[in-house]
Amino acid sequence: MKQIITLATLVALEALRTSFFVVIVMLLLVGFGLSIFIGQTAIVETVNYQSSLLAAFLRLSAIYVISLFVITSMVHEFHNNSIYLWLSLSLQRSSYFIGKFSGFALIALLTATLFGLALLNYVPYSQVGLWSLSLFCELLIVIAVSLLCVLTFHQVVQSFSMVLGFYILARSIGAIQLMALNSLSNSQSLTDQFINGFIKLLAMLLPNLENFTQSAWLVYHTGSFNSLIEILLQTAIYVILLISMSLFDIYRKNL
Amino acid sequence: MNEQQRSVQNIPKTIIMLLLLSLGGQIILHNKLPPPNIKIEKLTTPPQAELLNILTLGDPIVGAKILMLWLQAFDVQTGQFLPYQQLDYNKLQQWLEQILLLDPNSQYPLLAASHLYSTVSDQKKQRLMLEFIYRQFFIDPKKRWTWLAHVTVMAKHRLKDLPLALKYAQAISAHATPNMPRWAKEMQIFILEDMGELEQARLMVGGMLASGQLTDPKEIEFLNKKLLALEK
Repeated sequence: MKQIITLATLVALEALRTSFFVVIVMLLLVGFGLSIFIGQTAIVETVNYQSSLLAAFLRLSAIYVISLFVITSMVHEFHNNSIYLWLSLSLQRSSYFIGKFSGFALIALLTATLFGLALLNYVPYSQVGLWSLSLFCELLIVIAVSLLCVLTFHQVVQSFSMVLGFYILARSIGAIQLMALNSLSNSQSLTDQFINGFIKLLAMLLPNLENFTQSAWLVYHTGSFNSLIEILLQTAIYVILLISMSLFDIYRKNL
Repeated sequence: MNEQQRSVQNIPKTIIMLLLLSLGGQIILHNKLPPPNIKIEKLTTPPQAELLNILTLGDPIVGAKILMLWLQAFDVQTGQFLPYQQLDYNKLQQWLEQILLLDPNSQYPLLAASHLYSTVSDQKKQRLMLEFIYRQFFIDPKKRWTWLAHVTVMAKHRLKDLPLALKYAQAISAHATPNMPRWAKEMQIFILEDMGELEQARLMVGGMLASGQLTDPKEIEFLNKKLLALEK
């Protein structure tokens, strides 16, 4: 446990040293600028427009910076061979991985909290709390995917492209399923059956990110404890699945 | 770095168990969750083409394709087919128009209007789609005449509205291009004949023969026979 805490602290220190939080503050400033601009432009429902657009901007920014931070940090670890140094110590591979993951999760928690605080100006705290917690869960999944990708590819471009593809697919799989259902030609050819089956399989294996961090909670205050349960359950299952896959990979690697 | 992998036996059993359990959990959770988009939504008014242009990040062609697929899938909500009857045809027409503004070369919105959305039983809605095709035809007659020809047949046989069919057929004839087949230009003759306007039909056939534009001997023979039949 002590080893895990040490590794997590080192990740947090790395974030501070690489000015990660300067980027977060800059994003907050850009977000505030955006919301002021929208406030000047919108004629009615100004607060709704401001909160929803600011939230969308912050959410995507969080996904972007966190996944990039995880990937670059791990690639750096591979390139300067510090991963070999760590594993040469009396440290289990699983402890190394969990330590790293915990450190990134801590960064994600701080990011989600800071971004949530920015929304308190427009939205009641209960809905902001729900939104921030949901963003944190989303970030945990993104961290786990980023780690899995970086362990597989060891390169920034490939890993980030994979994470981006995963995120876009997980957020749009519902719409893709509906489009696949609407086959106007009603063809039952082998190709159609294969595509429909493939989409069903994808939907089964991807997390339901469509239900995470919804703007409707901020605009119409519709967030409830029930929505949170589903999100927490989905996050727990998916994060464990991704961590197991990464551990499977890391134990097989000849490091 | 040595890329050779170690044996699976090096992986702790707990990790393999965890992997299998979480995969099972994910599949169970997926099956317990409701299908996407439970709420049935109404079709709204489309945004202006300029705004759509911005939203498509300056790539209107891709934007038009995505919007068309979205519009086509609009009648499938909660995985069930909603009858076209339930769609607001005025708004539907506006969406199709905006998609054509984004990608004027696309034939998809015209196909959807003439072959899909015009299949409703409500004649008012059918006519809205037919008129939409008629208006769109004038923007690019060379590429869009086939859709107008289709709705001419629809007006004649399904709506039994011969004056409307004649209006469409005359538009095709008036904007005929050399590449257009003769039958499309001659549609109006048969509609006039059906309407009992034999004199007008005769004049039209006579005019076509006298214009000297016809080169196909079989077509000239056919029109001569038609003229004789009309004169009887």
